[in-house]
Amino acid sequence: MKTEEKNSIDLFNLLYKYGTIFVILATILFFSIFLDNFMKFSNIINIFRSVSIVGLISLAITMSLTVDGLDLSAAAIAGFAAVIAAKFMVIWELGTVPAIIVPILVGVIVGGVNAFFIIKMNISDLLATLSMMFLLTGISVTFQSGTAIYNYMPLPNNQGMAPGVLTDAYLFLGKGTIFRIPVPVIIMLIVALFVFVFLNHTKYGRFFYMIGSNQEAAKLSGIPVKKYKTIAYMMSGFIAAVAGLVLGARMGSGEVSAGDPYLMDSVAAAFIGFSVFGIGRPNALGTILGALLMGTLLNGLVMMNFPYYSQDIVKGIVLILALSLTYYKKKN
Amino acid sequence: MLEMKNITKEFPGVRALDGVNFNVGDSEIHALVGANGAGKSTLMKVLAGVYNTFDGEILIDGRKIDISNPKQAKKEGIVIVYQEVDTALIPSLSVAENIMMDYMINDQQNTFMDWKYIKKRAKEEVEALDLDINVNKNVGELSLSEKQMVLIGRAVFLKAKYLILDEPTAPLSLEESKKLFEIVNKLQNQGMSIIFISHRLDEVFKICEKVSVLRNGQFIGSYDLKEMTIDKVVEKMLGRKLENSFPKIDCEVNGTIFEASNLSGKNGIDSVNLKVRAGEIVGLAGLVGAGKTELSKLLFGESKVTAGKIKLHDQEIYNNNTYQAVTNGLALVPEERHTEGVLVNESIETNLTLVNLDHYCRNSFMSRRKIKEASLKVIDNVGIKTPSEKQLVNNLSGGNQQKVSIGKWLLADYEVYIFDEPTKGIDVGSKAEIYKLIGEIVSNGKGVIYASSEFEEILGLTDRVYVMYDGKIVKELKTSETDEEELLFYSTGGGSSED
Repeated sequence: MKTEEKNSIDLFNLLYKYGTIFVILATILFFSIFLDNFMKFSNIINIFRSVSIVGLISLAITMSLTVDGLDLSAAAIAGFAAVIAAKFMVIWELGTVPAIIVPILVGVIVGGVNAFFIIKMNISDLLATLSMMFLLTGISVTFQSGTAIYNYMPLPNNQGMAPGVLTDAYLFLGKGTIFRIPVPVIIMLIVALFVFVFLNHTKYGRFFYMIGSNQEAAKLSGIPVKKYKTIAYMMSGFIAAVAGLVLGARMGSGEVSAGDPYLMDSVAAAFIGFSVFGIGRPNALGTILGALLMGTLLNGLVMMNFPYYSQDIVKGIVLILALSLTYYKKKN
Repeated sequence: MLEMKNITKEFPGVRALDGVNFNVGDSEIHALVGANGAGKSTLMKVLAGVYNTFDGEILIDGRKIDISNPKQAKKEGIVIVYQEVDTALIPSLSVAENIMMDYMINDQQNTFMDWKYIKKRAKEEVEALDLDINVNKNVGELSLSEKQMVLIGRAVFLKAKYLILDEPTAPLSLEESKKLFEIVNKLQNQGMSIIFISHRLDEVFKICEKVSVLRNGQFIGSYDLKEMTIDKVVEKMLGRKLENSFPKIDCEVNGTIFEASNLSGKNGIDSVNLKVRAGEIVGLAGLVGAGKTELSKLLFGESKVTAGKIKLHDQEIYNNNTYQAVTNGLALVPEERHTEGVLVNESIETNLTLVNLDHYCRNSFMSRRKIKEASLKVIDNVGIKTPSEKQLVNNLSGGNQQKVSIGKWLLADYEVYIFDEPTKGIDVGSKAEIYKLIGEIVSNGKGVIYASSEFEEILGLTDRVYVMYDGKIVKELKTSETDEEELLFYSTGGGSSED
């Protein structure tokens, strides 16, 4: 009875540790055999660019996951940040610097408010941030007077054209390239590196994990749990706002619902990240690989003329497989 | 020398500790014993700084110290390892980080982690304890005894002078306990004092020098174990002489009512043959990990049967899930009382009427009155000590929780009752009451399967014994013709063919 079981467990462990990596490599291999253009530099850049927003928002969600939370408002924060930036520049003509700093501040504050409801009011993470998502969308739509904000937009009540424009410096965040590499990709990689170093090489990152893994033990060992949970949500808000700025710059407009499509993909990427290398906890590298896996799959499928409206089927399957690996392991 | 003087601790309505004086000498292994609810845990929690208020004083080497939080206790070199090791560990982080946790939180000045140092120091602790654990492994992947070792490693790193082990051997196998005792002895030789809480008195006599006894929150005395016997210690714990704790069960054993033949299961149970007769208590003896729990669960439909048959009253029955097992007339009192036996956040009456709620309904609506009546009857019958049937089970002592876990099966007729370690972590007094209950069940013509790794219980209670080893039944014995030595022989793999 023993030997047979052992073999199957070893096989599972192997799958658990390297399953996700294997799937990523197999996906790349498959597409590069069947698609001539797949491995071209331009296409690879394309994949990276397409995942940069998802990557950033999923990094924000990763921060909340480390403390055993879940920030569902991240995509709405991103959308709101883009709207604030656009309104500052297009309507109020306040220039690039405040248009970048204020949305980020707002992101951090929203994160703090999330934490307040979760910690002080004792609302579950999921529900508190879900409510925040609704609230932000509402505030944002009101703030943008109901329509998207873009260059030379007509103002209501026949007041003529919008006075300002999205500045070139701002648009560079979304559309620029440095050494042929798109700026959004560079920003994503910088944020990922920051999150990676923070979580793995600073003591505060380890405190986050301690809180997320066993809050009671963390508390009894002297970690100010509430403080660090609040910081985690603020960091989530910060990164989500950065994602929003990149998003707004790439689209050349400000619209809160622009962030919506990225939410589920980002949650999925962060959870796929759990299973990469069998780490079993949220982590920066896994999250980015999770985002890349989905980006690669979708890119390849689109090139193979897979109907775009069926893409969610693929995303769903990938997510459920990755979750199965993580939770089946936990169960055993 | 650690002195606790005149310690009194009150909770609303209860005086948990009443003027307790407790002293521990240097490099001494000191047992702390007492029935459940005697105040052992409360006393140790006072010492570990869990409570911020209590009366009395604590002195180390004659110096009065102030302990009102865990941090202060640690600073004074007092570290506690709770029985539930998972409460103190971070499963998703490495062994190294778990050992060095306090350093990381309280002493590490740099923002950036010094991984080299953390791993090196943790490795030193692990090696000093002669453990074979990779410090890079996640704690979530460790076995229970390894987790315990990680916590002991943490205590050593903290330079603990007084280490409190709260029922450390309860979940361990014999082999693992032996290893723990070796380490405890080693720590003693290095000058550490160990306070050892245990219900297993044979262990206490094996490794401790002194024993202190608590009863009902009062300090009974400290004794040199060389001058004591197990009976005398039990007498101190109970405050009366110990009568034979196993009741004399006089009841007629009739024909076979329950039979498993060549039963194998997905959970590792291999070709088991077993019979239970009406009015008979059948023991399943075996060490921790021998497969007693697995067999109990397999019989009860909690794991998949891969081969073999189960018969009840000569008719084949199929237990594909626990619901079918209950409908077929089987009852299981599981090993994990807290997580499997009772709903801790529900009232006693909810727990008791849980398994056949249909009886207490009128047209699918629950009848409060019927539930209350039935519950009061069981509370009285099994002797659950509680002010009200509405009391949450969580507020009961371990022994009373177990009575609830058993009591819920007494409200309807079942044919075969399976008990899996029903007296684990329960005090001597409650144990005797549970034995009595089991006696009543068989005298009603039911069959009982009693799984236990305490051979004394098996010998005192059962009529027949099956000895388990590695998922198999390796021997069937008549209880009256066997002894502890023989049980141990077979349950450690002696006498089995070549395996």
